[in-house]
Amino acid sequence: MKETILPKEERAVLAMRALYESFGYTKYKMSKFEDYDLYRENKRFLPKGEIITFPNRDGRLLALKPDVTLSIVKNAREGEQIREYYNENVYRTEDGDCREIMQVGLECIGDIDLYSTCEVIRLAKKSLEILCEDSILDISHGAFVNGLLDAAGLPEDGSRRKFNACIAGKNAHELSELCRQYGVDGEIEDRLCRLLSLYGPFPAIAEDAAALIINDEMESAYQEIAAIDGYFRSMGEEAGLAVDLSLVNDMRYYTGVLFRGYVKGVPTGVLSGGRYDGLLNRMKKDGMGAVGFAVYMNLLDLYFDEGRSKEYDIDILITYDSGTDMAALSRTVDMLMGGGRSVRVQKEADTKLRYREKFHYGERGLEIRG
Amino acid sequence: MAEKLDKTISIALPKGRLGEKTYAMLEELGYGCPGVMENSRKLIFEDEAATVRYFWVKPSDVAIYVERGAADVGVVGKDILLEYQPDVYELTDLGFGKCRVCVAGPENVTPNPDRTLRIATKFVNIPKSYYHARSREIEIIKLNGSIELAPILGLSDVIVDIVETGTTLKENHLEVKEEIVPISARFIAGKAAYRFKNDEIAAMNAKIAAWLASKQ
Repeated sequence: MKETILPKEERAVLAMRALYESFGYTKYKMSKFEDYDLYRENKRFLPKGEIITFPNRDGRLLALKPDVTLSIVKNAREGEQIREYYNENVYRTEDGDCREIMQVGLECIGDIDLYSTCEVIRLAKKSLEILCEDSILDISHGAFVNGLLDAAGLPEDGSRRKFNACIAGKNAHELSELCRQYGVDGEIEDRLCRLLSLYGPFPAIAEDAAALIINDEMESAYQEIAAIDGYFRSMGEEAGLAVDLSLVNDMRYYTGVLFRGYVKGVPTGVLSGGRYDGLLNRMKKDGMGAVGFAVYMNLLDLYFDEGRSKEYDIDILITYDSGTDMAALSRTVDMLMGGGRSVRVQKEADTKLRYREKFHYGERGLEIRG
Repeated sequence: MAEKLDKTISIALPKGRLGEKTYAMLEELGYGCPGVMENSRKLIFEDEAATVRYFWVKPSDVAIYVERGAADVGVVGKDILLEYQPDVYELTDLGFGKCRVCVAGPENVTPNPDRTLRIATKFVNIPKSYYHARSREIEIIKLNGSIELAPILGLSDVIVDIVETGTTLKENHLEVKEEIVPISARFIAGKAAYRFKNDEIAAMNAKIAAWLASKQ
């Protein structure tokens, strides 16, 4: 099959796989099914949506896998250095409908330092560039917002979720209201609200971001973002990289750098990733770190214009008479196919089929027919 | 065209008074566009310099247009945001279009707390989360209009609806029992649009904030 026949997202998957392989990542293949308990214990790590479950013959509850990362982490052994990517379908229900979602992702687990973090972010950025020439990768750091919420004296309970929802929605007016409700100091309230509008290339916001720092947690988060940005600048690859400090995620899992990717034409993030040492801690993989990302290929199917409408089903239709020399007809078909065109042969034309050209193969060979 | 649209901000306006008020504000801020306020069958309006592009949509659809990227920004009542929870940025509280989502019922009648509370409403999620938090068992009767009729005909015990002045309630011998949440118009932006047109959207939001400050 010629590569150009593949839909854009399938071509992108092939290119991404080649990219990850060239960086020494190996393919992780998993079964469609996994014990439900794995997901039940880590439900908050999973994206929204219900898990599709069913009992097996022993009465054990199985799930159609809603995620791949948890399985990779589950199988990681202490001291192991994992560099794996996957291209799997995951399953969940959204608004009551069962969905199959194609996901491509990459995980880097083990001893994670700045180099491995930058490598994963670089691969995320290159993945976006494969999907679309106009893309943006936002980076943030969970500890930056968390440090500010710590300084606000908020307990680690449902209240943080309310604050995080306002921060992620860049909703300064309701964030102020929440601060008043929870008796947050006016100075911290002001910093929280200022954080929401900080968006852009790191040098453009660095000064304003530095002015928000109030404790060591925020300082070290800031330094990590600065180091990552510095790495991309020294590689000459900073175009399309932005900092969005309002990007937050569940701190129980995502403990460090966070990133999200956008491509032109898709209204929501198509790539999501970050440092998730918290998950490894919860799964008793002591002393191991992890950073990775997933690309939601289903969004591309929904929003990419290419191939959305089709002018023709096939290029050429050939009809023929009974008693036609079959070998001669086949040779003609082979010849016409040579230019990469699709050729369908059937006795009669049908009215639904849309074709560019129509021929009839009769006694005198190929004739043009309407 | 595609290149021109790169910097054009698409704005979804809610049909009706809220949209008219929004357009008046944006016009004052330099985002005027000929024809928008004329009563015509035209669907999309664009100014000559192609800085803005407007279209009128049903108020409850504004958030969908913005969430799905058909519009970059829009103005929508907080009730719609609470009801549909769209994945958008809620950048500014515009302070106009003020009203309240309330529980209302027949005057001088208190629904029996022993019974499941039957609620007629066009909202589903707002009353659900409100009563869920209070551990009250409810039955939602989803209606699309003339909500006030429901308790009068015994279809429901109460209604959950938007109350602006309370005149309609009074005329039907209904009264506000509880206020669920105060509502006003919000300026929202799509998540991808916020990135790919950040300069334009940030500038528009800053102008709106300055306009609001000047009105206070």
